[in-house]
Amino acid sequence: MTNLIEVVYFVAVALFILGLKRMSSPRHARQGIVWAGAGMVAATIATFFVSGLENFGLMIAAILIGSGIAFVSGKRVAMTDMPQMIALYNGMGGGAAAAIAAVELFKMSGNHADMSHSMIIVQLTVLGAVIGTISFSGSLIAFAKLQGWLRKAIRFPYQQAFNMAVFAGTIGAGVYLAFAGSEVSMIILFFVLALAFGVMVTIPIGGADMPVVISLFNALTGLAVAFEGFVLGNAAMIIAGTVVGAAGTLLTQLMAKAMNRPISNVLFGSFGSTGGGSAEEEVDGSLKPIEASDAAVMMAFAEKVIIIPGYGMAVAQAQHKIWEMSKQLIENGVDVKFAIHPVAGRMPGHMNVLLAEAGVPYDRIMDLDEINEDFNTTDVALVIGANDVVNPVARSNPDSPIYGMPILNADYAKNVIVIKRGKGAGFSGIENALFYGDNTRMLYGDGQEMASQLIQGIKEL
Amino acid sequence: MIETISGISAVYIFLLAAFAGYEVIAKVPVILHTPLMSGSNFIHGIVLVGAMIALGRATSNTEQVIGFFAVLLAAMNAVGGYVVTERMLEMFKSSREKKND
Repeated sequence: MTNLIEVVYFVAVALFILGLKRMSSPRHARQGIVWAGAGMVAATIATFFVSGLENFGLMIAAILIGSGIAFVSGKRVAMTDMPQMIALYNGMGGGAAAAIAAVELFKMSGNHADMSHSMIIVQLTVLGAVIGTISFSGSLIAFAKLQGWLRKAIRFPYQQAFNMAVFAGTIGAGVYLAFAGSEVSMIILFFVLALAFGVMVTIPIGGADMPVVISLFNALTGLAVAFEGFVLGNAAMIIAGTVVGAAGTLLTQLMAKAMNRPISNVLFGSFGSTGGGSAEEEVDGSLKPIEASDAAVMMAFAEKVIIIPGYGMAVAQAQHKIWEMSKQLIENGVDVKFAIHPVAGRMPGHMNVLLAEAGVPYDRIMDLDEINEDFNTTDVALVIGANDVVNPVARSNPDSPIYGMPILNADYAKNVIVIKRGKGAGFSGIENALFYGDNTRMLYGDGQEMASQLIQGIKEL
Repeated sequence: MIETISGISAVYIFLLAAFAGYEVIAKVPVILHTPLMSGSNFIHGIVLVGAMIALGRATSNTEQVIGFFAVLLAAMNAVGGYVVTERMLEMFKSSREKKND
């Protein structure tokens, strides 16, 4: 039986890796998750037959309750809210890894001390516990922030020093547990400190940096799972956890690079808090408004239109209308493309998901590298709900906080139309030089409303 | 099962798995970053297996309560991760496939 279980675990792990591989191409992506899902079901069923297990009633109850809650919430959540759901489920995984560690630690501290645990096993238990717990409480804070429950980035004097102290305390308690002994009071102190550290390290981080943080916690949960896998002697957990740890680390780096924010800055620095002084600059020119009907004419008679959506479009739920408008333009023979900045939306790829939901085929959606050359030959660049990612200041002004961030060169297009709700600055609080350009016209209004008017305008031609 | 993996072989497994994870992600287009993060989030739902083992071996009440929560949280990770990822990937279709719908 044990051999059969091992075989099932092996197949499950193979399915995970192949599934992840499939997920890396849009064509096979859906198959990928189905494969991985099959692996998970097989591994779960096999685990029921592991010898020497008890408490099956509790086990089945927990699985049913957990699955039920997650299934309903996962089906209901709106596509715009996906990032925080990922954070939430990731936190659950980290919490589970930490709880496994807690059970093992309590076993060791109990009177029925389990002498089969070697020193290295204890150390790995503690290591997995630290990482899993930080990922748990940190992910919950990330969830609360993106959900809008925690609006402000919380900062106070000597925060770094305080965090370091909490961290040092956590490590101290962990080292004590790993090498000296496992009293119950010490176990509790250890988990409380680790939970606190996860919270403390996440609360000062602003919403814009959250994707990187969630990705980092995702990688950490993977590692925690791998460590607990060593403790339980379970190869499936070790391999799957390590694969996620490595993949998640790489993904975190890719995201941080796309945002031009070193990971150390995300964790230990804070955007915009460096004081406005040097970042202030005068922008020449004026904002020139345009009517929707005129904008419609401009686009309908263009040869090539590139649409640059930002999170503002998603908030206004305008993606369906925008795609409807694009279809009309396409019928009129206009070449319509969507240009996605790597950090458009709440995390890399989020905007693609939102556009895909609206029905935009993925071959009309272009990456920054693919499309930036094309702006020179574009008649109209339509910016909707995007701001910092099209700000030419990132190319021209070394003093700007966003200097060096790769941007979409919308300002190189012959005409630029910007749909914007009001005259405020972007997420980062920086004035956008694009809006003042000679070839730029501002279309003020709600994204969805303006898209409807544009559709109307194109129809009437 | 504690005896099945030990010492240096565990380190080998760790190394090779890390390499596999890195390679698999290395060539991913940006458009799939979010679904992929979600997908890898689902895969560490394998912690469910460990949680079941931990609960299955729990003896004292404290261990049972914590074990129960371990399984509960792990099940949420696995099921939620799957549902969310599947919903996102469902939507990726090329213009040719759209016409066939």
